[in-house]
Amino acid sequence: MEINMNLKLALKVHDLDNVATIFANDVVAGDEVEMHDKKGHSQIIDVLGEVPYGHKIALQDILVDEKIIKYGEEIGVATKDIKKGDYVHVHNLDSTRGRGDLKGEVVL
Amino acid sequence: MKFMGYVRSNGKVGSRNHVAVIPSVICANDVAQAVVGQVQGTVGFFHHQGCCQLPPDLERVTDTLIGLGCSSNVGAALIVSLGCEGTDHERLLETIAKTGKPVEIIRIQELGGASRAIQAGIDAAQKMVLKVSGIQREPVNISNVTMSIKCGASDTTSGMASNCVVGYLADKMVDLGCTVVFGETTEFIGAEHILAKRAVSPEVGEKIYKIVNRMELRAKSLGCDMRKGQPTPGNIAGGLSSIEEKSLGAIVKSGTRPIQGVMEYSEMVTTQKGLWIKDTPGREPEILTGMACTGAQFMVFSTGRGAPQGFPSMPVIKVCGNPNTFNLMNHDMDLNAGLIIKGEKTIEQVGEEAFQKVINVLNGEMTKNEAIRYFNSIDIYTMGPVI
Repeated sequence: MEINMNLKLALKVHDLDNVATIFANDVVAGDEVEMHDKKGHSQIIDVLGEVPYGHKIALQDILVDEKIIKYGEEIGVATKDIKKGDYVHVHNLDSTRGRGDLKGEVVL
Repeated sequence: MKFMGYVRSNGKVGSRNHVAVIPSVICANDVAQAVVGQVQGTVGFFHHQGCCQLPPDLERVTDTLIGLGCSSNVGAALIVSLGCEGTDHERLLETIAKTGKPVEIIRIQELGGASRAIQAGIDAAQKMVLKVSGIQREPVNISNVTMSIKCGASDTTSGMASNCVVGYLADKMVDLGCTVVFGETTEFIGAEHILAKRAVSPEVGEKIYKIVNRMELRAKSLGCDMRKGQPTPGNIAGGLSSIEEKSLGAIVKSGTRPIQGVMEYSEMVTTQKGLWIKDTPGREPEILTGMACTGAQFMVFSTGRGAPQGFPSMPVIKVCGNPNTFNLMNHDMDLNAGLIIKGEKTIEQVGEEAFQKVINVLNGEMTKNEAIRYFNSIDIYTMGPVI
C-alpha cells in the first residue's frame, strides 16, 4: 500500500468495521483524513472533532445502542448517536463485558 | 535451525546461565537482595508472597518458585528461607535438586539472623557462580525452545502492528517445532469465541471459556465497574475504548495456529509442543513470573506506549508498534514495528527481523532491559486474600 505521509491517515482494519483509527497528530474539527482499508481502497472523511493519535472516528452514522465494530467484531455499543466523522471513544462507546455495575447483567 | 544454548543434565536447554537466588517468602527478600547485590552472575526473584495465605495459594507459590528454579535459564539455585513461612521450602529444595543442578538452602532463623544469613548466602552463591560460569554453550535444535508472549502498555498500534509481528513470529516458532505460550486471560474477554474456534478439541474450547468466565466473575465479584481497571488509564489515553477492543487487538499476537491446551498459572512445560494458553492476568510482574515458571527461555513483549521492564532470568524482547514511542523510548525498545503503521515496512519484514533478533538473544545477545538490569518488579499471581 502506497501511503502519502503528508496526508492525515486513518486505517480501517476489517470490511465490517464502522470505525477507523487515525494515525496522525493534531487532528482537529474540519480536517480531512484519508481512510485506507486493507484492500488498498481509500476514502476522504471529514473529521468533526479533535482526535488524538491512535484514536478512532466513525465511518458512518451510528445510532445509540448500536454495536461499534473494529477487527470485524463488537468492541462495545454507542451510548449516544454518533455521526460519520465523529470522534469515537469512552465518551460515546461503552463496554458490555466484565462489569458488576450493570443491573440484570447475566452471569454465566 | 539451531542456536547456541546451555544444555542441562536433564536435557533442557537454556539461553541464559544465571545462579538464581530464591526467597521462599517475602520476609527473606532483604537477605536475598544483599546476596544478589554482592555476587556477580546471580539474579533474585523478589516476590511478595509465601506466608499468611490460604493453602491453594501457598501451594501455588511453592509450585511457581519450583518452576522458576527448574527453568533451564537457571544453572544453579540458592533458596533463602526465613524458617517459619507457609511455603513448602523442603519440596522447593527437593524438586529443584531433581533437575540435577546445584541447589542449596539457607535458613535465616537457624543461622542466627539476617547478617549471618547474608554472609552464608554470599559464600554459597559465590561457589555456585564459580561452578556454573565454566559451562559452555553448545549447538542445539531450536525445537528445544519455549517462547512466551505478552503485550503491555498497549495502545491502538499494538493490535495493528506489534502484535501482528508477534503473531507472525508465533506461527513461525510453532512451525519450527517449538512451544509457544501466551496468556492474559483478562484480555480474552470479548474475543474468547475466536480463540475457542482455534482450539484443537471442544474440550480445549470449553476450557478457554471457563478461564475467561472465571476471570470475568473475579472482576464482577467486587460489584463495581471493571472499566476502572481495564482498559488501563494508559490504554484509554492510547485510544483503546473497551476491554473488547483491547482483547481483539491482544489475541492477534498468538498468531493463527491451533491452540493445543490451557495450562494453569504455575504449570511448567514438560513435553508440550505447539501453541498453548497459560491462565494469567495481564499485569507485568505476575504474567512474566508465570511465563518464566513455564520454562520459557525468552519472551517477546509487544507494546505501544512503552513498557520498559523485563524479568531476572528470562530475556524480554520489546517489539514497539508505535513509531513515536520507539523514538522516544529507544533505550527500552528492541524492535520498531511502528514502521508498519507508517507504511514503510510489512508485517513479514519486521517479523523476519524479530526472528533474527530471537536467534541472537537465544545465543546470548542481551535485550535492552537486561543490559540496564530493568527486571526487578516481579510477583506471583495468587487467587485468595492475604490473611
